[in-house]
Amino acid sequence: MQRNDNQSATQGDEPIPPMQQLLDNPFMLVFIGVLFPTVFYILWGIMEIISIPAVK
Amino acid sequence: MSILPPSQKIWWKEPIHGIEITWIIIALIWCLVLFAWMPYWHIYGKQNLSNESYKTPPEVFEAKANAMAKAHTVRTEPKSNIPVVKPPAGSDVYMLGRLWQWWPILELEKNKTYRLHLSSLDWQHGFSLQPTNINLQILPGYETVVTITPDQSGEFAIVCNEYCGVGHHTMLGKIFVK
Amino acid sequence: MAMFRQCPDSGLFFHKSAESLMKAHAVLGVVYLLIGGVLGLLVALTRMPSLHVLNAEDFYLALSIHGTAILIFWIIFFEMAVLYFAASTLLRCRPATPGIGWIGFLLMVIGSTLVMVAFFRGNSSVMFTSYVPMPAEPIFYLGLILFAVGALIGCFIFLGTLVIAKKENTYDGSIPLVTFGALTATVIAIFTIASGAVILIPTLLWSLGFINHIDPLMYRTIWWALGHSSQQINVSAHVAIWYAIAAIIFGAKPMSEKVSRTAFLLYILFLQLASAHHILADPGVSSTWKVFNTSYAMYLAVLASMIHGLTVPGCIEIAQRKKGFNNGLFEWLQKAPWANPVFSGMFISLIIFGFIGGITGVVMGTEQINLIIHNTIFVPGHFHATVAVGTTLAFMAITYFLIPVLFRRQLIWPNACKWQPYIFGGGMLILSLLLLGAGTLGVPRRHWDINFSDAALQFQYAGTAITMMGIAGLGGLMAAVGGAMFCLIAVGSLVFGKRLDPGASLFSSFGFPMAASCYNIERPGKLELAPIEQTGDSGVQAKGTFVLALVFLASFVVYFFINAKYLSSIWPMG
Repeated sequence: MQRNDNQSATQGDEPIPPMQQLLDNPFMLVFIGVLFPTVFYILWGIMEIISIPAVK
Repeated sequence: MSILPPSQKIWWKEPIHGIEITWIIIALIWCLVLFAWMPYWHIYGKQNLSNESYKTPPEVFEAKANAMAKAHTVRTEPKSNIPVVKPPAGSDVYMLGRLWQWWPILELEKNKTYRLHLSSLDWQHGFSLQPTNINLQILPGYETVVTITPDQSGEFAIVCNEYCGVGHHTMLGKIFVK
Repeated sequence: MAMFRQCPDSGLFFHKSAESLMKAHAVLGVVYLLIGGVLGLLVALTRMPSLHVLNAEDFYLALSIHGTAILIFWIIFFEMAVLYFAASTLLRCRPATPGIGWIGFLLMVIGSTLVMVAFFRGNSSVMFTSYVPMPAEPIFYLGLILFAVGALIGCFIFLGTLVIAKKENTYDGSIPLVTFGALTATVIAIFTIASGAVILIPTLLWSLGFINHIDPLMYRTIWWALGHSSQQINVSAHVAIWYAIAAIIFGAKPMSEKVSRTAFLLYILFLQLASAHHILADPGVSSTWKVFNTSYAMYLAVLASMIHGLTVPGCIEIAQRKKGFNNGLFEWLQKAPWANPVFSGMFISLIIFGFIGGITGVVMGTEQINLIIHNTIFVPGHFHATVAVGTTLAFMAITYFLIPVLFRRQLIWPNACKWQPYIFGGGMLILSLLLLGAGTLGVPRRHWDINFSDAALQFQYAGTAITMMGIAGLGGLMAAVGGAMFCLIAVGSLVFGKRLDPGASLFSSFGFPMAASCYNIERPGKLELAPIEQTGDSGVQAKGTFVLALVFLASFVVYFFINAKYLSSIWPMG
């Protein structure tokens, strides 16, 4: 694949935006991708189930 | 090319296509409508699943269902030998699922409201009221309480729609609405 | 030591050990597709009321195997091959710890075999879901656990390979979008497998008698973090494959990297919450939890799917328009290579996944609308559109590309290849639509006899529902013909297809008979950034795709409110 050589040179010094840094970081993505459903779906769900009252 | 690294090292600042941004806005609005519909229906809709439920040991639930049947049985369905129970309007009504029947058969009055308690004595079952088409998951050890108001008269069947072993397809119950 | 070869047709680089792992996983996947497909046909023919081919016991056995073999084994074996491809091949990188990769593969083989043995012994017909307290044999749960551990190893090797590629500088800039999609699938897979372990290990101990009681509601909630999220791995993987095929066939570049990758990020954050779809009709879990989780936190993962649904055909349209197919709204689509199964399979997968699978999934995942749908045959209608067409057909399409490129064999029977996606996709479309229809009329899923001939009480479904089940069976038969064509073409090409390299054989990458001369590259050149093209508003616009998207939205809105209206007609309850 041919590429124009000045394309990276023109932006070589610019800092990478934080969102791109996140998307370029696989381990951060694994972390949030496990954290979110674990908290919202599993932990919250288990709390709901535990708090169901016993019948009178 | 999607199988090559992005053509810009900093691709986050690339311009977005006009149709992409238009579509994202339209789609987001629709997503918010979908989301708002559920709380809306809780307030203005008449068909909601109650949040009332209890941890109920199967033997406790069975005793309650037996007590209700003993008090209000009006006849026995001949072929299956299951009692037909006519509880007073507004009362607590019990129906249990077990391998492979729904017990007892209920006789309800049209447009009257009942507190229907549902649970299973053994495995998981599916309460599928036909042909009106109401479907609930029934678990052993848990009791669901739904407040129902039958607004059609006739004969309704409860099909089991959670697989519960080799007799699953014979598991039927009945509700008569008069 | 030179371990890479370059495919002269595609220009892709294959590392010897990654290639062997890809081949092994893909072949095992197809074996389970075959097993699951044959039993699926028997299920479809049994649910045709006029044929009813199996007895009840065999039916429930066949259905348990069909579900597990397809939804877990076929899909995940193939996905492992996709992960090796997306990391090692696309990044021109050696795979991390291929030896451990083989241990993972072996665990998956042993695990899936144990599950199959448990099924065929006849005491574990507990369906794909194996809801407690209905018991299966201990080797059933053990097999699933071993399989999951094997798949988890594959996920970690994928991540390890990304690390090596970065460290050894095999590519410039960010990873390609397709690899990013595969990364999304990996993240979801890690959550899926961890949830599976949390619930299946106690269940195994329960089946061995070490634990007295597994709470059925707890089981269902955590199990579905495995059962549903595993299908979200598929969504991420097949969306990645759609992008890959758009790039391979059309040289299409993403409309914008930012939008497509953000959409994948929304998948990573929210897609897995949809496991709650299965708990909507359950007792005890509050409506707040249900509404938040079933809507993937305000439908943000649905938004992501709607974005991919626009950008995948959109990038194809832009690429086609640049080639000169620029007349009217749809010349780009008309002039697409419809006779090439790589493209037709991918495009049918995209359309049916979106229009049928996507819309029905959101509708039945609405908390209250679920009351008229839970456990009816509407549910299988939905997931045959998503998994059988969306995922499976996308995997079939990429297989038509991989047989020449990865296995270096020419496809046999070009005419059968041309028609296969249409026959399989068409059959599945018929099956899905009619199951959706019958489910709307209340027909239950996982049910041997909706005429209740052995039951003490009686009930008669509407005649239309029975007719629909009959026609659905014919759709199933047609899909099975398409599936059989795929298996025959795939296996036939591996065995009898013309060798594209002298000396290439099915096993050449494994070392016997060694075709060492193929692997003559020590280190491929660095993967450079994609060439710059005109992007943004000044470039070519994808008007046709936008019109398609609006048609999609209109269908979505109409279908949603039809079901809301239907819900308002059932008995008032609260």
